[in-house]
Amino acid sequence: MPSAKTRVPAIDGWFTLDDSPALLGSRCTSCGTFAFPKETVFCRNPDCRSSEFAEAPLSRTGTVWSYTDACYTPPAPYVAADPYVPFCIAAVQLAAEQMVVMGQVVAGVGVDDLRVGTQVELVLDTLYEDDEHEYLVWKWQPVTGGEDSDA
Amino acid sequence: MPDDKRVAVLGAGMHPWGKWGRNFVEYGLAAASDALDEAGISWTDVQYVSGADTIRNGYPGFIAGATFAQALGWTGARVSSSYAACASGAQAVSNARAQILAGLCDVALVVGADTTPKGFFAPVGGERKDDPDWLRFHLLGATNPTYFALYARRRMDLYGATEADFAAVKVKNARHGLQNPYARYRKEVTAEEVLASPMVADPLRLLEICATSDGGAALVLTSLDFARRHAGTDDLVTIDAVSTVTPTFPQAVIDMPNFSTESAVAAPATGPTFKHAVALAAYEEAGIGPEDVDLAEVYDLSSALELDWYEDIGLCKQGEAERLLRDGDTTLGGRVPVNPSGGLSCFGEAIPAQAIAQVCELVWQLRGRATGRQVDGARVGITANQGLFGHGSSIIVSS
Repeated sequence: MPSAKTRVPAIDGWFTLDDSPALLGSRCTSCGTFAFPKETVFCRNPDCRSSEFAEAPLSRTGTVWSYTDACYTPPAPYVAADPYVPFCIAAVQLAAEQMVVMGQVVAGVGVDDLRVGTQVELVLDTLYEDDEHEYLVWKWQPVTGGEDSDA
Repeated sequence: MPDDKRVAVLGAGMHPWGKWGRNFVEYGLAAASDALDEAGISWTDVQYVSGADTIRNGYPGFIAGATFAQALGWTGARVSSSYAACASGAQAVSNARAQILAGLCDVALVVGADTTPKGFFAPVGGERKDDPDWLRFHLLGATNPTYFALYARRRMDLYGATEADFAAVKVKNARHGLQNPYARYRKEVTAEEVLASPMVADPLRLLEICATSDGGAALVLTSLDFARRHAGTDDLVTIDAVSTVTPTFPQAVIDMPNFSTESAVAAPATGPTFKHAVALAAYEEAGIGPEDVDLAEVYDLSSALELDWYEDIGLCKQGEAERLLRDGDTTLGGRVPVNPSGGLSCFGEAIPAQAIAQVCELVWQLRGRATGRQVDGARVGITANQGLFGHGSSIIVSS
C-alpha cells in the first residue's frame, strides 16, 4: 500500500518541488557569482561589494567531480535507516555555474557505477521518515545513456 | 634569512598520544613542563602564554591559554587563546612569534592539548540549520572521511592511484612511528592487513583514516638574542616561516564542511589551490623552495591525503605523488622523508596539539635526537596542516 505520509522538504527553500526539481541557489545581481546554499548578505567575490541577490535555479545536470560510498553510519544529526544501508555521495561539476555541488546519489548506485566525468541529473528522494512525514532531499542520479565527459 | 623574521625554539615537549580519558589540562601541563625543562627555562620567566583551544572540553578549553597559565600558577604573564580548527596549534605559534618579532616579549610558551570522544567527529550539539557543519551531517551524511574519500577517488581516476598506493602510505608511516615514544600506535602493519580492514568511505579503509586521540604538545619560543645569551651558542633551531593564509576566491576544490565550491563565473580559478597556497606562502616567507627541504611532517588525515600533500608542498608535480611514493623517496632513508614521526597515522589527531606536535618532531629531527626515526643530516623541515573553514598552516623550521 502506498505511503500516506506527507512529503515535505528536509530543509526549506533549498530546492524546487516540481517534477523537474532544481537546487535553488543565489546569483549576485552585480557580478553574476552563483552560490549554493543561497548567499543573502554579502557577495563572496572580493572584488564585488554587492549585497543584492536573485534566487537562481541551478543546472539540473552535471558531471561527477568525485564520489565515495559512506560505508559506516554517519553520526547525528544524520537520521540513518535501521538497519543502516550504505549510500553513495557525489560532488558534481555544474558547467554554467562553474561550481561543484555535493549530494547523495540515489539508492542502488555506488562507486562501481560512477567515474569522474559521469553525467548525472538532480532528482528528489526520501532522506528520512517519521510517523507522519517523508522528508525529501536532492540526490544525483546517473543519466541513462548519458555520455561521460572529461572532467 | 634575516634575523628579524626568525624566532628560536629552545624547547619542545609532548605528552604521549593515546586514549587516556583524563582532563586535557594534564596533557598540556606535561608537555609544557618537558618543553620548559628542555629549554632550561623556568615557568616564572615565561612572559607570554599562547594556548591552542579545544572545543570539546567545555569553557576551560575555549580559553586554553588562561587555563594552562592558571594551572601552572598565575604569574601575570600575558596570554592569548586561539581557535583555528586543525590549525589552532599553528595559530598559537603564530601569535607567540608575532609578539617576539614585535619586541613585545622575549620568552613565550605555546601549549595545545585535547581529550577527544570516540568515533567520527560530529558537529557541536543542538539543531542549527544555519551552520553548514551541522547541515552537511544532517542533509548529506557527509563525515570528514567523506571529503577525504572524494580527494582519494579523484586521484584514482585522474592519476591512476591504486588502493595499494594508499595502503603503502599507511605501511610506511606505521614503520616510521615504531620507535616514537609519543606515538599512540606503534605496530607494524602489512598492506594485506590494511586492505583487509573495513571500508569506511570508499576507497578509504579503517586503517587509512586517522583516529581521534588525546595528547598535548608545547614549545618554548624566544627571540634570537635571548636564545644566544641563554644557550651561549649561535647553533639554534629556528622557526623561519609561519603561513596561515586563507584561500583565494573562487575556492574551486570542495572543502569541509561546504556543500559546494565557489562559482568561478565572475573570476577564473587560475591561482594555486588552497593547500598549495598555504605551503607556497611559507616558502616565500622563509626565502627557500621545496628543493631545500630535507623532511616534511604533513597532515595525513587519510593515507591518500598524504599523496596530495607531496604535490601541495612542491615535492613533485601534480599527478606524480604515486611515483614519489613507489620510488621510496618519502620513506626514511629516501630523498625527502615524509612523516618520519609516523604522522597522524600513528598518532591520531589531537586537534589543538597536532600542528604544535609537527613542529616538535622537526625540532628533534634537526637536533639529531629523533631516535629510531632520524633523518640523516636534516637541516630544513616543513610542516603542512589542513583545518576546517579555510584554516590551514605551514611552518618552516631550520638549524
